[in-house]
Amino acid sequence: MTSIRVQIPFHLQTLGGVPAEVSVDVNGTPTPRSVVAALEAKYPGLAGAVVDPHTGKRRPLVRFYVCRQDWTFESPDKPLPEAIRSGEDVFIIIGAISGG
Amino acid sequence: MSKVRVLAGTRKGAFIMTSDESRKKWQIDGPFFGGWEIYHMNASPADPDRIYVSQNTSWFGQIIQRSDDGGKTWTRPGTPAGEAVVTPQGFPIAESHIFAYDTANAPLTTHLWYDGSPHPWEFKRVWHLECSPHDPDTVYAGVEDAALFRSTDGGRSWKEVFALRGHPSAPHWAPGAGGLGVHTILLDRNDPKRLYVAISSAGAFRSDDGGDSWKPINKGLHSLYIPDPNAEVGHCVHRIAMNPLKPDTLYMQKHWDVLRSDDRGENWHEISGNLPSDFGFPIAVHAHDPDTVYVVPIKSDSEHYVPDGKLRVYRSKKGGDEWEALTKGLPQENCYVNILRDAMAVDTLDSCGVYFGTTGGQVYCSPDSGDSWIAIARDLPAVLSVEVQTIP
Repeated sequence: MTSIRVQIPFHLQTLGGVPAEVSVDVNGTPTPRSVVAALEAKYPGLAGAVVDPHTGKRRPLVRFYVCRQDWTFESPDKPLPEAIRSGEDVFIIIGAISGG
Repeated sequence: MSKVRVLAGTRKGAFIMTSDESRKKWQIDGPFFGGWEIYHMNASPADPDRIYVSQNTSWFGQIIQRSDDGGKTWTRPGTPAGEAVVTPQGFPIAESHIFAYDTANAPLTTHLWYDGSPHPWEFKRVWHLECSPHDPDTVYAGVEDAALFRSTDGGRSWKEVFALRGHPSAPHWAPGAGGLGVHTILLDRNDPKRLYVAISSAGAFRSDDGGDSWKPINKGLHSLYIPDPNAEVGHCVHRIAMNPLKPDTLYMQKHWDVLRSDDRGENWHEISGNLPSDFGFPIAVHAHDPDTVYVVPIKSDSEHYVPDGKLRVYRSKKGGDEWEALTKGLPQENCYVNILRDAMAVDTLDSCGVYFGTTGGQVYCSPDSGDSWIAIARDLPAVLSVEVQTIP
């Protein structure tokens, strides 16, 4: 079990009633997919907001940043780096800058 | 003393405005769900404290919110019966955002894209919620890409009324500028089996069997922007309206043209008459006089603002053709707002109130059927929808 820090965008803070940063416990090797699954399991109010429940895929305007790198188009099963696993850095979920 | 409650959905949250029947002093509560687009909020005629809200962003998808206490508190319906509505940590549980097309009964085809090419069907958002007049737990949702859903459990779960999207004409439907959405749902309270929907850009449809089958009702519509101006489907119907006192008569604001049907949509004829422009979005009927109808002309489909910088509601007391401008209390210079299709409504007090919201963030009320207007709010985010409840 690995504790992962996750940064939550504003709209999901208000939707789920969660703070700007949360910690989730991930079984096995932490990946973007397993972190999002752990996030939804801990905060069911966020279910379907990051990953489209119809397609199972990341929503098109949601982006993932990891250690100052854009992980949006990385494989959802790619292991997250040590800095995330150790809690030194934060797995960042943001809404893409696209108007509004 | 009766009370009026105005439900305003905006580009950045929901607002609830209340007044007594004088409709002079208003209390404004909100924003609720700040930062989210509220395409529509609507209340149950059978239980005025039951309010449904469509909450959406392009980023994080569709949410349905529900209040059972007139907007004081909100929950996301969807918790299985007998289970807690929140986690032990106090977080809400919900599955009410699941709008899954019924592909078993109506396989997903393609619809037409803006350039006429085939485009896959994809759920995007709920445009409109329409509550059953009789059952607070039964509510319809009109969605983009165009389909009709129904919940009979207070919004917890949604099933597609699949025969609409399964209509043979569906592969020929195309999006309007705002998308391919079911934006209007009319329930005939005199005949619970009769429903109407309108779709941009497909047209109007009627079901006489509770949604099991649908018929396009667009005869008499003439649209120069489609290959066959008189086609059975393809018309950009912006809104249809009905007064339950005269349920066979329907009014329509089309992309261009204002029309009326006196036979449940079988045949339409134009009633634009002396309007300064017959382009517009909303259309509403007086609560007590089914021959009195309201529109807000917009300059053109390329210039989505009112003509001449003047915000004018037009009223016909003769079912159309002859229109009078209603201007008292509305800005008559330098005004360039739009009024969207779901942003006009009437109350049912003896002196019928008329309400509308603008893309400039104003919500206006006329407590005297349009003769004069006051601004309930002037500086909200762009108003997407307005509904009104008259509460005894």
